[in-house]
Amino acid sequence: MATFNLTINDQRFKIDAEEDMPLLWVIRDLAGLKGTKYGCGMAQCGACTIHIDGAPVRSCQYPVSAVKKKQKITTIEGIGTPQLRHAVQDAWIAEQVPQCGYCQSGQIMSAVALLNEHPDPSDAQIDTYMNGNLCRCGTYDRIRKAIHKAADQSKTKTMGSH
Amino acid sequence: MITNTERRNFLKQSLLGTAGLMIGFRETASGKTLVGLLPAELSTEINPFVLIDTNGIITLVNSRPDMGQGSIQAVTSLLAEELEVSMDQINIIHSDGQAKYGSQGSGGSSTVRGLWTSLRQAGAAAKEMLIEAAAKQWNVRVDECYASEGMVYLKGSDKKLTYGILAKDAVKLEVPKNPKLKEPKEFKILGKYKRRSDIPSKTNGTAVFGIDVVVPGMLYAVTIHPPSVQGKLISYDDGAAKIIKGVKHIIKTESNFPGGKTEAIAVVADNYWSALKASKLIIIKWDDGEMTKTLDTATYFKDAYEIASKPGIRAEEKGDFEAFYAASDKKLESIYETPFLSHAAIEPVNATAHVKEDGTAEVWAPIQGPDGALEETADFLKIPKEKIKINALLLGGSFGRKAYMNFMKEAIDISRQVKAPVKLIWPREEDMMQGPFRPAMLSKMKGVIGNKNRLSGWSHHVVGESIQAQHWNALLPYQADNWLSGEMSMENHKYDFEVNSESFSRVKTPIPTLWWRSVYASNLSWGQECFIDEMAHLAGVEPLEARKQLLHNSKRDLKIIEKLEALIQASPALPADHARGIAMFRSFETMSAAMIEVAKAGDAVKVVKVTSIIDCGQYVNPDNVKAQTEGNISMGLQAAINGGITFTQGKCDQTNYHEYQIMRMSEMPQVEIHIIDNEEKAGGVGEPGLPPIAPALGNAIFNLLKKRVYKLPIDLNTIAG
Repeated sequence: MATFNLTINDQRFKIDAEEDMPLLWVIRDLAGLKGTKYGCGMAQCGACTIHIDGAPVRSCQYPVSAVKKKQKITTIEGIGTPQLRHAVQDAWIAEQVPQCGYCQSGQIMSAVALLNEHPDPSDAQIDTYMNGNLCRCGTYDRIRKAIHKAADQSKTKTMGSH
Repeated sequence: MITNTERRNFLKQSLLGTAGLMIGFRETASGKTLVGLLPAELSTEINPFVLIDTNGIITLVNSRPDMGQGSIQAVTSLLAEELEVSMDQINIIHSDGQAKYGSQGSGGSSTVRGLWTSLRQAGAAAKEMLIEAAAKQWNVRVDECYASEGMVYLKGSDKKLTYGILAKDAVKLEVPKNPKLKEPKEFKILGKYKRRSDIPSKTNGTAVFGIDVVVPGMLYAVTIHPPSVQGKLISYDDGAAKIIKGVKHIIKTESNFPGGKTEAIAVVADNYWSALKASKLIIIKWDDGEMTKTLDTATYFKDAYEIASKPGIRAEEKGDFEAFYAASDKKLESIYETPFLSHAAIEPVNATAHVKEDGTAEVWAPIQGPDGALEETADFLKIPKEKIKINALLLGGSFGRKAYMNFMKEAIDISRQVKAPVKLIWPREEDMMQGPFRPAMLSKMKGVIGNKNRLSGWSHHVVGESIQAQHWNALLPYQADNWLSGEMSMENHKYDFEVNSESFSRVKTPIPTLWWRSVYASNLSWGQECFIDEMAHLAGVEPLEARKQLLHNSKRDLKIIEKLEALIQASPALPADHARGIAMFRSFETMSAAMIEVAKAGDAVKVVKVTSIIDCGQYVNPDNVKAQTEGNISMGLQAAINGGITFTQGKCDQTNYHEYQIMRMSEMPQVEIHIIDNEEKAGGVGEPGLPPIAPALGNAIFNLLKKRVYKLPIDLNTIAG
């Protein structure tokens, strides 16, 4: 058992956990943030996707002891607020993407990372980047549309600011 | 910028599944605030589905658990339409299984088609009572008043009263027996596009799924079942497991499978990770008995093909098919095969239970029916229903799986033993390997081409395990499974064959089976619709034209054919190396057709586009009809192109998503959905889009390669090689 000082969504957490405990369970059961989901436990479904310093990570395969000092963890709860949503969340609502919604935290975290890397992704880039995020309800077509919509909105905003 | 309505919806939805407390909103000078309401404050129950408090806050009850099919919106829309309240005005809570809410199972695509009239009547009756209460106050006739947006107005005056003020008087009035329902043209909510209020909470992590529930003092559990499902526990060594920090108990628990029960090992810890880690360190000896031979898909199919060579139990017959077949010279015979499939919802099965010292119990779980859960919990614990509280939480997908509640009973049993609230989550591997599974089936098809190249003789012999027989021993040896015979019947396919025969043979297996999205329709459509094409080709008729001739008596279905024709005519000519195929199938009172375009790319075939047409009669929200149909395209394609579940010598071969592939983004084709608009009775929406997908693909592949595929799944990467 060790103590870890974690920064999750810009909040400090002091967590006592076994060193091999995956971040998924630290985030869900010790930090109490339930938006990050368990699906497979072996980085096969993407439901547990979070960001570490902005990069997407499968938290079910990431031991808490691997988080370095000053690294910032972001979960679905940290990318926007109900008052000020992230463009991806807005697009998800506009396209009415979720059905059951269980995989969508992971989908959105991957989509945010994708758009950070490729602000205007092609369909092929979406296929490659999102291929590890499984959705059993089959919302893929709407996810694709929502990613394009979020990209378009960011473009409009950027243009407007000039 | 978030609007007030959206914020309100967000707050409301974030409460869905809040356990053990009724929560609403209270109007204050500064706006709406979130408050916990004592039951008394919501006590004006106009009827079980409509609760109005003195401040006018209107709470509607969703009686059908939402697994993504949209019942939160659908159920409350039916009520709100006739109650004359807008969807922005309402709070939504979930029913708890009590009998006053009627049947509460989400399944069989039954929510809207089953509740279309009764819930509108509940809403209309409440509205009529509120109007009558207002008329009494004003001392006017009822027809001088009308209701709108949660208020009753007196025509030709500025008098108005809120539902909140009227509720206490209204509840004392007699409930109208035949409240007047609106004509479809008067609908403000039903049939119109509207956003689902639960969606914002599913984009920010606040939606509470079964797996997310927190009960103070709860422990976490993992159960390990016999890999052979029915195996018996001989012994176990938990030496290495019990020294894992956080582990509290390692115990035996009851494990239920279709038609029987055995034992599993439960590891209970103060956190889930410890339980999971410890569970892998237990060395368990199981006695698999006969399972090493019988729990095997090769054995199952060997039996099935053997049984298919003998006549089945007749379900339906028009004319003497065998005589007709023997006497004809233009005929054909084929056997189509579908595999076992896993539901593989991303949220694994889980349940939280607390069997308390005072003899009461509470359950929080992602389940498809709180009424069934209440029944089973009472039965399992041998305590009266009044001592049980069921909280049906959001389901992270289900597709039928979470309507079989063996996982819930395990959580209850473990809580009872360790005397604490327990959250049980099956690891993915247990979820996948234990099933139960969509049964594998054969469709043995025989056809006769008669005079003038008509498709004249039809025989469909279905061979496979019966879900009803396996679960409830519900079939006598001479009976056909009636779920199955209904779906392959003349009444269902409506093809007007001169001679028609349907039959069934059971293949008994210990491989556990269960309803899976669209149940047997997902098996039957493969044989039925591919074989129609095969017969049409033999007759030298276009498959679409053949269906048109066969459906000459069914005007409603002909509209779908016409729609398909129009879509084909309107689309540009297919490029070389492209082809399309069609199929249609009725399930849950809804006809759905699919047209799939495929392209050859070297040895592979790519699915370019899927166009679906759905005639579900009247519906709640066109966008949700489309969303469900898109989902059915995805799941139907997965069932057609990705590997099924197999058992080898007493053990499931697929353990996780790397071995059981579900659809991915890169596999999802373009989709286009068309809804046939009419004022027919509401049909199902959650499942009917699925059955035509696989046969439309099989028919498209034939049209592309002149190669008939009989067995699912199809390996698209090598099919053109």
